[in-house]
Parts: sequence; C-alpha cells; structure tokens
Amino acid sequence: MLELQGIKKKLGGQAVLRGVNLKVAPAEKVVVIGRSGSGKSVMLRLIMGLLRPEAGAVCFEGTRLTGLNEEAWNPYRRKIGMLFQGSALFDSLSVFDNLAFPLREDGEKSVKVLREKVEEALKIVSLSGTEQVMPAELSGGMKKRAALARAIIRKPDLMLYDEPTTGLDPIVADSINRLILHLGKMFGMASIVVTHDMTSARKVGDRIAYLHEGKIYFEGTPAEVDQCEDPLVRDFVRGHAEGTDVTG
Amino acid sequence: MGRVVYLAGKVGAMVTDCCHTSGGVFLLLGDTLRSMFRYRIRWDQLLEQMYFIGIRSQVVVLTTGAFTGAVFAAQVWFQFKRFGMESAIGPTVSIAMCRELGPVLCCLLLAGRVGAAMAAELSSMKITEQVDALRALGVYPVEYLIVPRFLALVISAPILTALALVTGIGCGYFVAVKIFGVDGAYYWDNTIKFTDRKDVMIALIKSFIFGVIIATIACHKGMNCPPGTAGVGRTTTEAVVNASITLLIVNFFLTVLLNALLYSN
Repeated sequence: MLELQGIKKKLGGQAVLRGVNLKVAPAEKVVVIGRSGSGKSVMLRLIMGLLRPEAGAVCFEGTRLTGLNEEAWNPYRRKIGMLFQGSALFDSLSVFDNLAFPLREDGEKSVKVLREKVEEALKIVSLSGTEQVMPAELSGGMKKRAALARAIIRKPDLMLYDEPTTGLDPIVADSINRLILHLGKMFGMASIVVTHDMTSARKVGDRIAYLHEGKIYFEGTPAEVDQCEDPLVRDFVRGHAEGTDVTG
Repeated sequence: MGRVVYLAGKVGAMVTDCCHTSGGVFLLLGDTLRSMFRYRIRWDQLLEQMYFIGIRSQVVVLTTGAFTGAVFAAQVWFQFKRFGMESAIGPTVSIAMCRELGPVLCCLLLAGRVGAAMAAELSSMKITEQVDALRALGVYPVEYLIVPRFLALVISAPILTALALVTGIGCGYFVAVKIFGVDGAYYWDNTIKFTDRKDVMIALIKSFIFGVIIATIACHKGMNCPPGTAGVGRTTTEAVVNASITLLIVNFFLTVLLNALLYSN
C-alpha cells in the first residue's frame, strides 16, 4: 500500500532522514519509534506531502507521489488521514464544523448527511454531544479524539498518527490506543503510528520500526523488539540512559 | 580591516534577507492572484473578513479621518488668515485629504489594526499545525486563508478611505466655518471648484494598492512564522512595521507616478 524508498531529508542544513526504506501493507499497523528529534514526525509529513524529500520517493497504492505538485497531491491526501501531535483542530470552528469540514470540501451540502456522519464519527471516538463545543473548551484527550474523528470521517485507507498519546494521562492514552486498534478493525485501514511511548507501541503495532540516525535501524514484531539484544534498541525499549549523552 | 569585513558581512546578510523576503512576498502575491481565478471564491469567508476589516474598522478610520480634517483645517486657517486667504482653506483641506492624508493615514491604521490581526491569526494557525491540517485535508491554504483576506482588504481599503475623506472634509468644514467663522458658501464653492475628480481617483487608487501591500505582507509574515509564541509576537510586529514602511515608500512613487499620469496635460 505505502512504500518509502530511500527517503532523504535535510532541515536547516542538517540531514534528518538519510535513506528511509519502509513498506506498509494494507490493514497493517506499523509503529515507528525513535528518540526525540530522530525525524519520525518529519517522515509522516513527507508521506502526507507536507514536506518534500531531497531524494527518494513516496509510493502510495502504486503511484509515485514524490514530484507531484500541491494540487495533484490532494486526491491522495483524501485517502490518507493524519492525527497531528497538537490535534490541529481549527480553533475558530466548533467540533461539528471541524468534523464536517472535510465532507464539505468533498462537496457534501446536505445538512442531514453532514449531521449523520459527524454524529457517527463522534460516537466512534466517544464524544457524542460535543458538536457545538469549541475546541478551546475540550481537554487534551478530547481534542485528540475530536481530531481523530475528523481524520477518519472520510474513511481513509491509511492513517498517520503523530505521537497520539504524548501529554495524555495513562488512562486517556490507553483509550487512544484502543481507538487506534478499533479503527483499524472497523475500517480495515493501515496505520503508521509515530511514538516514543513503548506501551503504546507494543499495544497497537503489528510491526515496530526503530528510526535511528535517519534510517530504519531495526524492524520486527513487538516481541522481536523486546528480545532484541542490540544495545541501541534495548536501551530505548527499556528506557535506559546508560551510554547515552544525557546532556545532548 | 576585520571590522570592515564584519560590517560588510552584516550588510550583505541584511540585503540577502531583504531580497529573500521581497521575493517571498511577490511569489505569494502571484500565488494569491492565481488562486483567485483557479479556485472558487469562498463567499462566507470573504464576507466574514469584510465584516472584520470593513465594518469593525469604521470607528477607528472615521475618527482618524475626522480629526485629521479638523486639525488640518485649523492649522491651515492659522496660516492662511495672515494673508486673508481663508476662502482657500476648503480646497487645501480637500485636496490634501484626497491625495495624501486620507489614503495614507487610513491605510496606516489598517496596517496596524488589520495587518497585525491577520499576521497574528495566521501565525497562530501555523504554529498550532492548523495550516498543515488544512493541507492534509486537501485544501490549499492560499485559497482558503489568504484569498478571502486579500480580497476583503483590497475591497474595504478604498471604501474606508472614501469614508475617511468624507468625514475629514466634513470636519474641516465644521472647524473652519462653525468655529473660525470662515464664510461657508465660499468654503464649499472653492472646495468643489478646485477639487478634481482625479484627486478622489488618486485616493482610491492609492488605498487599493496599499490594501494589496498590507494584505500580502501580513499574510506572508503570518504564513512564514517561526515556531513558538515569541515567533507570533515578532511576526506581528514585523508585519505592521514592514507594511507601514513599504506603504510610505510606495506612496512617494505613487504620488509621482499618478501625478505624471493624471495631470500630464
């Protein structure tokens, strides 16, 4: 479904990604882990076409997206949903209008259809009754769920999650993890979850990829990652700072 | 020697930065004009922006226009009465308001009020990933965010300037006639006699161009905001300062150009 071929990206003159190769099969849930600043979020932005790579290609459903202009990207963006780290709800719009936004962009004008689809999406994320609430009035977890509802309202083939559980308490984080699993089952959508929360990674991932120094350093099932004896992977998975420059 | 090299480096960096920013502003202007014809106009957004820019700016603009006209009429009366030229106050106020004071002051206020709001709103959207979310949902940000703001400002600026002119000239009349006792009939007669349609055209053309400048600079700043809340503050300040300075510089060239074009015969 999705393939990253030797993706290279520099930001501010510094190489962030140095040749990332990754394949995601339909309905597969891949978790990308790595230290802060390792380029995980940059990778998602490249998949979504929000950034352009210096080298390499993003292929989605057999089409090479790299090199397409902004307008040519849009039909593919409609098939890919993205949950942003900070939720990125439009703060001038109510929850209803946020969720209805992608549908209206697709030309849906019927208020009845919009209401039905918004209610359905809010029900999936357990936020029924919040239609008229403004994003500023929602808690962090509720914002994430509302943003998730907006991202899935078009029923995309692929969902990208950028740090979905960061900044949330363990209970809310677990509810988001369950939601990711539930959505995968419900719509059969593939997912790429970027996180450094190992609990989340083990729970939602069919496969875990460890991004280190701009490349996929290790790939395996959650069990294989847990059993991996490579010091870099082991230290990250177990949360050990030994041998790591803690000042850096 | 080292100091000279250091200074040369600084100046070079400033020039490069200035060229880079100007290039970005022109590219955004081109993209905005292209998007205007390529995509449908979002009337709801346009009306919302026109309400914010046009209706909500009226008090500020009318007050500025009124007191500029009043002060200018008073100053002119103080000088002209020494030569017995009180009847020339009307056309002097009227022409000055039309050609310079009306469009320049009105648009400087719009740069402060509307330019700052545009830059702050867009930069807040930028740093909270809302602009990226728009793109992720398949919406081109220039079409959705910038075109309505741009159109609203270029439509509203000439209308607000016209209102400022009317109040300025009206208040000038009030000060000269009702307070300083200048003959009202002479005042109006001379005002109408010496104020040409071209003077009003200059005001409207200038304010239209100033609207383009303010909208483009403010939107460019907002869309290129550096990360962090400090970035929003700096972006907003830079948007107002850059728009105001550009407006004043462009005003000089417009004055020369429009006079050459409209009064060449």
